[in-house]
Amino acid sequence: MNRDNDKGKILLYRTLYVAGFSMIALVCLMVRLYDLQILEGEKYKTLSDENRISTRILVPPRGKIYDRNDVLLATNQQNFQALIIAEQTPDVAKTVDSVAKLIDLNDIQKQKILSDVAHNRPFMPVKLKDNLSFEDMALLQLNAPDLPGVVIDEGINRVYPLGHYTAHFLGYVGAVSDQDVLSDPLLSVPGFKVGKYGLEKVFESRLRGKSGSLKLEVNAFGRVMKEIDRQNGIEGQMVHLTIDSRLQKIAQDAFGDQSGAAVALDVHSGEILAFVSVPSFDPNLFTTGVPVNIWQDLLSNERKPLNNKVVSEHYSPGSTFKIVVALAALEAGVIDKNTRFHCSGVMTFGNHKFHCWKHSGPGWLNVVEALKHSCDIFFYETALKVGIEKIAEMAHILGFEDDYHLGFANMQKGVIPTKAWKEQRFKSKWQQGETVIAGIGQGYVLVTPLQLAVSLARVINGGYEVVPTFEKLSLKQKSKIVKLPISAENLEIVKQGLYEVVNGEGGTARRAAFNIDGARMGGKTGTTQVRRITLHERKTGIVRDEDLDWRLRNHALFVGYAPHDKPKYAVAVVVEHGSSGSGVAAPIASKILRAAIELGI
Amino acid sequence: MYYSNFNRELTLKEKFLSIRFSYIFCIVLLMIVGILMLYSAAGGSMTPWAKNQLLRCIIAFGLMFVFAFVDVKVYLKYSYLAYFAVLVLLIAVEAFGHVGMGAQRWIDLKILKLQPSELMKISMVLFLAKYFHSSTLGEIRSIRGLIAPVLMTLFPAALIVLEPDLGTALMLLLTSMVIFFCVGVEIWKFLLLGGVSLAAMPVAWHFLHDYQKNRVLTFLNPERDPLGSGYHIIQSKIALGSGGVLGKGFLHGTQSHLNFLPEKHTDFIFTMLSEEFGFFGGMLVILLNLMIVWYGFMFAYRITSYYGKLVVIGLNTNYLLYVLINIAMVLGLVPVVGVPLPLISYGGTVMLSVMVSFGIILSMDINRHVNLGRQSVHED
Repeated sequence: MNRDNDKGKILLYRTLYVAGFSMIALVCLMVRLYDLQILEGEKYKTLSDENRISTRILVPPRGKIYDRNDVLLATNQQNFQALIIAEQTPDVAKTVDSVAKLIDLNDIQKQKILSDVAHNRPFMPVKLKDNLSFEDMALLQLNAPDLPGVVIDEGINRVYPLGHYTAHFLGYVGAVSDQDVLSDPLLSVPGFKVGKYGLEKVFESRLRGKSGSLKLEVNAFGRVMKEIDRQNGIEGQMVHLTIDSRLQKIAQDAFGDQSGAAVALDVHSGEILAFVSVPSFDPNLFTTGVPVNIWQDLLSNERKPLNNKVVSEHYSPGSTFKIVVALAALEAGVIDKNTRFHCSGVMTFGNHKFHCWKHSGPGWLNVVEALKHSCDIFFYETALKVGIEKIAEMAHILGFEDDYHLGFANMQKGVIPTKAWKEQRFKSKWQQGETVIAGIGQGYVLVTPLQLAVSLARVINGGYEVVPTFEKLSLKQKSKIVKLPISAENLEIVKQGLYEVVNGEGGTARRAAFNIDGARMGGKTGTTQVRRITLHERKTGIVRDEDLDWRLRNHALFVGYAPHDKPKYAVAVVVEHGSSGSGVAAPIASKILRAAIELGI
Repeated sequence: MYYSNFNRELTLKEKFLSIRFSYIFCIVLLMIVGILMLYSAAGGSMTPWAKNQLLRCIIAFGLMFVFAFVDVKVYLKYSYLAYFAVLVLLIAVEAFGHVGMGAQRWIDLKILKLQPSELMKISMVLFLAKYFHSSTLGEIRSIRGLIAPVLMTLFPAALIVLEPDLGTALMLLLTSMVIFFCVGVEIWKFLLLGGVSLAAMPVAWHFLHDYQKNRVLTFLNPERDPLGSGYHIIQSKIALGSGGVLGKGFLHGTQSHLNFLPEKHTDFIFTMLSEEFGFFGGMLVILLNLMIVWYGFMFAYRITSYYGKLVVIGLNTNYLLYVLINIAMVLGLVPVVGVPLPLISYGGTVMLSVMVSFGIILSMDINRHVNLGRQSVHED
């Protein structure tokens, strides 16, 4: 019995230990509960919200672009796209194959989709195809049960109502590429487009707007249960351009099937009224995907439809450069309005014979007459007298070798040669003969059509330093346009010459003249040799430029302005391989200026 | 005194009146909490879980009284028989058991899936209680006296491991060890056992199933596989922690209702409760359980018979282990072992076995004045 007593006592003590331990264990659970819920509660609240809240980016509509009369040039249109969410489909490749059987997807597109899927996080939707037709959508929706992870989403397409008329200055939008900075969350939205070319790219930051966000409650399987919060984004700003779409159309159509460039400016503000580069392309193709054959054609076409010839192509200015040479000489005082040179049709300088385009030679000419006849000999003599440095100085004052910070990609600055430039470029000394040919805008001199228009505008607006712009200038900005260091008297002499070119007896652009209620045009023709006609060709009967292959013919140029009495518009026209400045370029410029006057821009 | 003759069988009325009703109150409160949580788990619906659970609670509640009114001498008499009967069932499971959740655990009785491993927890306690009740301290402290109870513990535990149901086997072993400890087995023998087990662990690891190995590894580092086996623990901690002080409100637990929380109606029901009712809700459940366990030890203290004390200690420990393991698991303190929270989690077998345990505990307490001599076993 004694032993049984011990047995009972041991049981009592041991049980007390167990009971004590049990209570301690339960208290430990309470401490842990306190730790998780009270000490770390906030952390877990955040994690819980991250679990249940899925944030989606709301894409703001891209800013619309209007012309100066509020005509829509670029707008947005709804489109439907098919997306695939990798984590919601067991076998991405299989699902993509199934989709390809329903809607047309080629192997290259399939490869691209699979690589996009591989490069994105599994819950990020990847674009299968956009601009779905209603048949495609119906097919996909009908087969939805067999296409896990495939969703149809509403997207926005950029649309350019005027198509090829606006392609070269508006540019187009395209898919985000690796070069784009990925700081904006919008850029990771599938199918999001950014400005890739032209003003769409230049104004990207204004047009894009700010993304909004949509907070959704989702369950563990990603199904949306309800909307929690919606922050609407900010729509992209609209942009009003100075382009007049009516003038733009007239100017572009005036080229017919010729290729080249034209730009029309308001001479007092530099506002760009028309900006033509032909042939052009339909920028709407770039938002829907360019068909391969059209893309190949755009790339291989010898007339370079993808090239913005207004700013990205440079040409010899030819006789249009005589304006610069004349002004430089007048300003330097080496000639005055009465100084005459004799034009006999040929000038010998050193071992070279320099021909005038008029082989007969018009005789003794002053500067106004020389401009009117576009006499080469006069400008050979003048160029020699004033020297290349003074010519270059005047060219720079008038805005050559400048890109005006327009912001376009691949802008050409052109070349205005000087002695130092040649020394640096070719490591050789400047030759006097080079000054002679620079006097008629040949040789090293290269300019863009935009520079031609700007230089003319500066000459005929009374010598103000206007800069080309696509946006209207405020009054304050207008008042800030500075006067260039050129005397009004000399500008008037040159202007008189330009008037004679079009309106004077024997002027080179006489055929392009017009008179609308007294509003007349002035200007200067230019024809620049792409290649000399060889002796051999002369023998086989090719004596005229028009008989050569298109790509060997002369470029035709014209810079013009109107109305002469009170100049408002300046225009530069370059017709590539158009043979004749007076015959081909001047009539186009005339059409543009006439239209501008009639439209009363 | 009222109980002048301690060995007289009490009348039903006397039995009923001697029940500690605050004990039953705690049990009923936990059952109500369970039904509420199952209602919430179904998204505010009595189906599919709450209604069934309510029915089970009522049946189990009745069953508890049935077991409570059985005389202590009957338990004593049939302790060995019950043990061997359940052992036979356990062996039968190996032969005819149903395959469910990758483990063979049930015998299909058409109306009820019988889970002998749950019954074994009770009958093992009864067996050991009777065995040690009839042993002298000398026998308990001898190696020879321990051979039989150790074998009788290890054999069913091994069968349950084979099922495989590691959690139940572990609970069975732990309960037995507590009984061994309480009856006075020397501490050094436990230390020796601990040493041997530690040495055997690499071997045991080898025999674990892959999913069991995963559970242990995941417990040690839940972030190892956040979308796989670690998902349960991580999501459970997020749900719990995000409940904060007052919780997200009844029916408003986001983690549970948006399905981030797995097994929210069974093993992880405490998580859901703590998410919706916060720290106060979780504390309430732990405190109620603490009271139930406290009462258990109090009963053990006041029961006269060695057998009765041991039965209550064993069954009480078994209940405590359920609570400890389940809550520690959802709090991320121990690996996910698949142990439900008794009285609250959805499930019939555990509900029945726990309520039967309470019935037996109550029976021991009702008969606390009955003196069962050490020799009384052998009188039959």
